[in-house]
Amino acid sequence: MLRQLRLALQTGIVAEPAPRTSELERVGERLRTDILRRFGRSLHIRQVDAGSCNGCELEITGLTGPHWDLERFGLHFVASPRHADCLLVTGPVTRNMAEALRRTWDATPDPKFVIAVGDCGRDGGIFRDAYAVVGGVERVVPVDAVIPGCPPSPAALLAGLLDAIGRLG
Amino acid sequence: MIAGAALGLLQVFVVAAGAPLLVGVLRTLKARLVGRRGPSPWQPYADLRKLLGKDAVVSETTSWIFRVTPYVLTASMLVTALVIPVLVTRPPLGFAGNIVLLMYLFLLGTFFLALAGLDAGSAFGGMGSSREVAVAALAEPTVILAVFALALRAGTINLGGVVERVEAEPWLAVNPAHLLAFAAFFIVMLAETGRLPVDNPATHLELTMIHEAMVLEYSGRYLALVEWAAAMKLFLFLTLLANLFFPWGVTHLAEPVPVALGLLALVGKLAVLTTLLALVETSVAKLRLFRVPELLAGSFALAILSVMAVFLLR
Repeated sequence: MLRQLRLALQTGIVAEPAPRTSELERVGERLRTDILRRFGRSLHIRQVDAGSCNGCELEITGLTGPHWDLERFGLHFVASPRHADCLLVTGPVTRNMAEALRRTWDATPDPKFVIAVGDCGRDGGIFRDAYAVVGGVERVVPVDAVIPGCPPSPAALLAGLLDAIGRLG
Repeated sequence: MIAGAALGLLQVFVVAAGAPLLVGVLRTLKARLVGRRGPSPWQPYADLRKLLGKDAVVSETTSWIFRVTPYVLTASMLVTALVIPVLVTRPPLGFAGNIVLLMYLFLLGTFFLALAGLDAGSAFGGMGSSREVAVAALAEPTVILAVFALALRAGTINLGGVVERVEAEPWLAVNPAHLLAFAAFFIVMLAETGRLPVDNPATHLELTMIHEAMVLEYSGRYLALVEWAAAMKLFLFLTLLANLFFPWGVTHLAEPVPVALGLLALVGKLAVLTTLLALVETSVAKLRLFRVPELLAGSFALAILSVMAVFLLR
């Protein structure tokens, strides 16, 4: 326990302290002011896996780690759609997940918006027209923004969030 | 009379307005300790304001209990703020402020929240309720015993009386009974307020949730109230820890200057305890659920030792 604490204190903050001018910080700053205006500087995100290969999930998980540290911008991942302002949907929406996704959307309180993540979420990607998928998130719930990529990088995910919040207002 | 009412309002205001900041500071500290920059300490206020402006989605299967619970929870915490010595030893409802009442005010909220968790009929809600009740049932005797150890020494079960007695004899703060009771109460505080190693307040994994699992169904203003009440519960437990065991600064005078000094002392003590809590939460892993009773049994043993120490070292 003591060794771990010493390590924590010696390591300090690794959340990229320097790159104020980098793409991440610029996007993050604009994101923060936009969230400030529209959601009172607090945006809770519910991630929905609608049949994804988990490539997008890996990148999304990266956002919460010490390097990207999403929480410093006032964003936060929550455990229930009832707590969420934003649904981050990945995957080509398999037939089995279509109803679950629709219900998740119904369970999210207004105001809310949906972001489709990855090429699969956009139009089904390489799974498009396969018999097991509905294909694209917007066939099931209204999509406000799309973040393309296979998978999109964490920086692209932050930029996509900005886009969505900008359009909502 | 008027001074008393004003003091009561001030105490409630300090608890109600300070609680989100306490949670925010705790989260920031924890983020810094794992190398993240973390959210601003004011983040919980932004969250609460946003939630108050949102719609509330309520499941069709719920009854009135689901809708009443957030109000019961908040009200019981606000009343507790009138009962316990936050700034002064004799708060307006202090005459009723004994240990038993305090315990059951906390349990009233727990009870209703457990019912609300069951009410929506979701699997995770019921699971959270059963866990919360199990933890509460194990933690309750420890709280009573730990505070009784102090009460035995003070000769009264009135909280204000206990605080005044310890204040009158500062060396009491370092006697063995006192230190044992402090350790027992600290462990129980971790369990009651849903902190690591009993419950992880930041978890997203439903299977490991206790408190979070019960509030999964809440949204909008209901969720805001539930989160606010949870923050106030943490604030009140830390205040109890600070003021019962180290009552320096808590005044018995209802005058502006001593009360302001009391507020300063409270902020200092809470800062120390919050740092301690952040260090504990960063350095321990969550206990397996079936080992939580062992931890709580340990804290119960500490509380019994503390009561024995009162008699042995009289």
